[in-house]
Amino acid sequence: MAAIEIDRLEKSYKTGFFGNRLVHGLKPLTLTVEEGEVFGCLGPNGAGKTTTLKLLLGLVFPSGGTARILGRDLNDIGVKRFIGFLPEQPYFYDHLTSLELLDYYARLSGVDPRERKHKVERALARVGMSDAGKTQLRKFSKGMLQRVGIAQAIVHDPKLVLLDEPMSGLDPIGRREVRDLVQELNEEGKTIFFSTHILSDAETVCDRVAVLNKGELKGVGVVADLLRKVSGDVELVWSGAQAISALSALGARCHATGDVVRAVLPERVLETALDALRNSHARLTSVTPVRATLEDYFLARIGEEKPNEVNA
Amino acid sequence: MTRDLRVQTSYAILLATLLAASTLLIQQVDRVRDDEPLQEVLYIPSPKVVERMSLGYSGLLADIYWTRVVQYFGTKHKAKAKEYLILEPLLDMTTTLDPKLLPAYEFGSVFLAQKPPEGAGSPQGAARLVEKGIRENPQSWKLYYDLGYIYWLELKDSAKAADAFERGSHIPGAHPWMRVMAAALAGHAGETETAIYMWTNILDSSDDQVLKANAINRLRCLRVDSEVKVLQDRVDEFTKSNGRSPTAWQELISTGLLRRIPVDPKGNLYQLVDGRVQVANPDLFPFIVRGLPLGRESGDLPGTSGIKNAKK
Amino acid sequence: MIGRLWAIAYNTYREAVRDRVLYNLILFALLIVGSSVLFGQISLEINRIVLINLGLTAISLFGIVIAIFIGIGLVSKEIEKKTLYTVLAARPVRRWEFIAGKFLGLVMTLTVNALLMSVGFFAAVMYVSHGLGRGDLQLVVAIYLILLEFVLITALALLFSTFSTPIFSSIFAFAIFAVGTFAQDLRGFAKMASGVTGWVMTGASYLVPNFASLNVISQVAHDTAVDPKLILLDTLYVLVYTAAVMTASVWIFERRNLK
Repeated sequence: MAAIEIDRLEKSYKTGFFGNRLVHGLKPLTLTVEEGEVFGCLGPNGAGKTTTLKLLLGLVFPSGGTARILGRDLNDIGVKRFIGFLPEQPYFYDHLTSLELLDYYARLSGVDPRERKHKVERALARVGMSDAGKTQLRKFSKGMLQRVGIAQAIVHDPKLVLLDEPMSGLDPIGRREVRDLVQELNEEGKTIFFSTHILSDAETVCDRVAVLNKGELKGVGVVADLLRKVSGDVELVWSGAQAISALSALGARCHATGDVVRAVLPERVLETALDALRNSHARLTSVTPVRATLEDYFLARIGEEKPNEVNA
Repeated sequence: MTRDLRVQTSYAILLATLLAASTLLIQQVDRVRDDEPLQEVLYIPSPKVVERMSLGYSGLLADIYWTRVVQYFGTKHKAKAKEYLILEPLLDMTTTLDPKLLPAYEFGSVFLAQKPPEGAGSPQGAARLVEKGIRENPQSWKLYYDLGYIYWLELKDSAKAADAFERGSHIPGAHPWMRVMAAALAGHAGETETAIYMWTNILDSSDDQVLKANAINRLRCLRVDSEVKVLQDRVDEFTKSNGRSPTAWQELISTGLLRRIPVDPKGNLYQLVDGRVQVANPDLFPFIVRGLPLGRESGDLPGTSGIKNAKK
Repeated sequence: MIGRLWAIAYNTYREAVRDRVLYNLILFALLIVGSSVLFGQISLEINRIVLINLGLTAISLFGIVIAIFIGIGLVSKEIEKKTLYTVLAARPVRRWEFIAGKFLGLVMTLTVNALLMSVGFFAAVMYVSHGLGRGDLQLVVAIYLILLEFVLITALALLFSTFSTPIFSSIFAFAIFAVGTFAQDLRGFAKMASGVTGWVMTGASYLVPNFASLNVISQVAHDTAVDPKLILLDTLYVLVYTAAVMTASVWIFERRNLK
């Protein structure tokens, strides 16, 4: 069963003084997220990622199209027990402690009263906030709030977790912890859907990604496949500045620091390049394929006009 | 979309029903409260204090009290009340908050002075109010007029009345008939004619519906007074000629003393009782002094005929 | 459903009660009650009258202010700061349950509020009258009606915050309280007017919350008993009118896109 099925979901707003102009928050979107995936939704700010999430969560009403979550229609309120959500830059009730907050949410989600205390403590422990259980939230830093936010999203053991910019405002350690947590949750069988504009985060954690820009879907695919399509360079490091001219002729971009040269060239000319180095009596230090980053894919996609399914 | 329409309609119907119910309840509440809230004006030791507390919005507050005066009087008048205890304090409050509210003085001059149920029966109070009005509005000749009316009609003091009209006639812009009234009163001209003249002026010059209705009523009663006098003269003539009082109008018609059966302004036949001319229903003419049944005095309340007016 | 309603109500109550602003306002009200004891010293006869007038008016006005600010503050803050999203988006909480729960929590807060202020007030009354008598039962009635005022204004504050910003909601709430205080006079005005103006005014005078009938302060200060029929009718009215306002709130809120 697909965790999320989106079928031509769209949202437009009326703006302008007389309400006569139409702004497309989201153009008709069709997308499927399989159960057990970690799915990333990428795009610059204003691309429509948050709108998509809000449509899925029933915070905003669609102008057209439908969607199903865990096989049930959007409007089915029963399905909410099985999803968790972390909004962007969350704010919580200032005067509650984190334990009280999680208990509140657990109650609302209908967690069995006998298990509630245990689940609350466990959620808090998973995000590393056990010590701050009795502190009022108004004393928390942004990073701590973010973690509490993730805790409330998982306290009721949902099958699907939706996160909006989960890494924002965290330092590198924090981000690593969130990434690890996401992977942990995924290993437990949970489906994770998150939106972000930080591509490196998505790259390491996601199985599949979708790229949105200006309300439109620009590309969807398995990360590894996408990267393979875009990459194709190799990095050579050697000692021997004399070889520079020969390799430049092959199309290498060279950068010399003293006698050590770093060059990037297309993979297809690798063999020829290695020969050239041998002929120049340069001493080869390393040969490394340049990994394409999601950024490359991303920028390539954003530049195009039409949405494109890039799958094998 | 019909499901949506059904939902919207249900909300609308529910809201309308609840609001209708609340309206009915308000009407009940108003009925129970009666003029209880107005009683509070009796508790206020000094209207001046209220004026100061109104923070400069005394004009608005005066209007509110004025509305209460009208409502209070209207409701009680309809119920043929025997007393109007709160009328004077309400008028006092209104005119303290807005000393230039001339309609209030005019209203008070008539309805404080007239006997119940047509007024509060306190001509002294009326005079006090109008004197206050004159102090605060020395350029208003009409107030002298109101004062004159009170002294003449209710307090039966022609001298003071003439003096009031005289003083008023000197104010620039005073209507010429002020001088006429002064002269008429000083010269003890026919009472009925003067009264007709005065009430006609009030009817013509007033915009207030309540005052107009009252003036029409008074004019009607004056007409009855005058008609009864004429009829009584004819009856007495008949008695002198024939040695006995007539028993029916027909007899006077046959002898040529009357042309047709006399009918009062309300369309009922005048009655002939033991040689006395009477109106059929005295309750319709609260201000008449002639044509009342025996034992009933002018200004007696309906249903109390024969009982002397002991209270003052 | 009950579980969720209670959770939201209690959460609202807890959040309001821990906010120190609430206590400052209550303290202020109590100060006024206390000072009225001093004012009364000026004239022995009207000592008790002044205390009751001033004390009950302070409780009423401050309570209204608290009701408006907390009511608007809590809901607007939730919408603005997105706590709302976590409650509605990923929990089986219906939108109407959210509004109803908030309302109940606010009413709980205001009841506690009124109780606290009453304690101070009755202490002052006891001091001035050297004990409590049967006449003081009417004071309880007056406070009960003041509590009904709170319920009414809270529902309205909540209604306004479902579609308006905090500043405008506060302005609307205070304005409608002022108009509602003169509702009966407005009906009087309407009877004197004619034509379209008359119709409009009549309609408005019945739609506006009838705060006029909930204020029995000057009556009670002069030891005039309140008609039990009035108490019953007022209670019914507040129930019905509040239900109407809540219906409108839920209706608006259910259709609103929470951007």
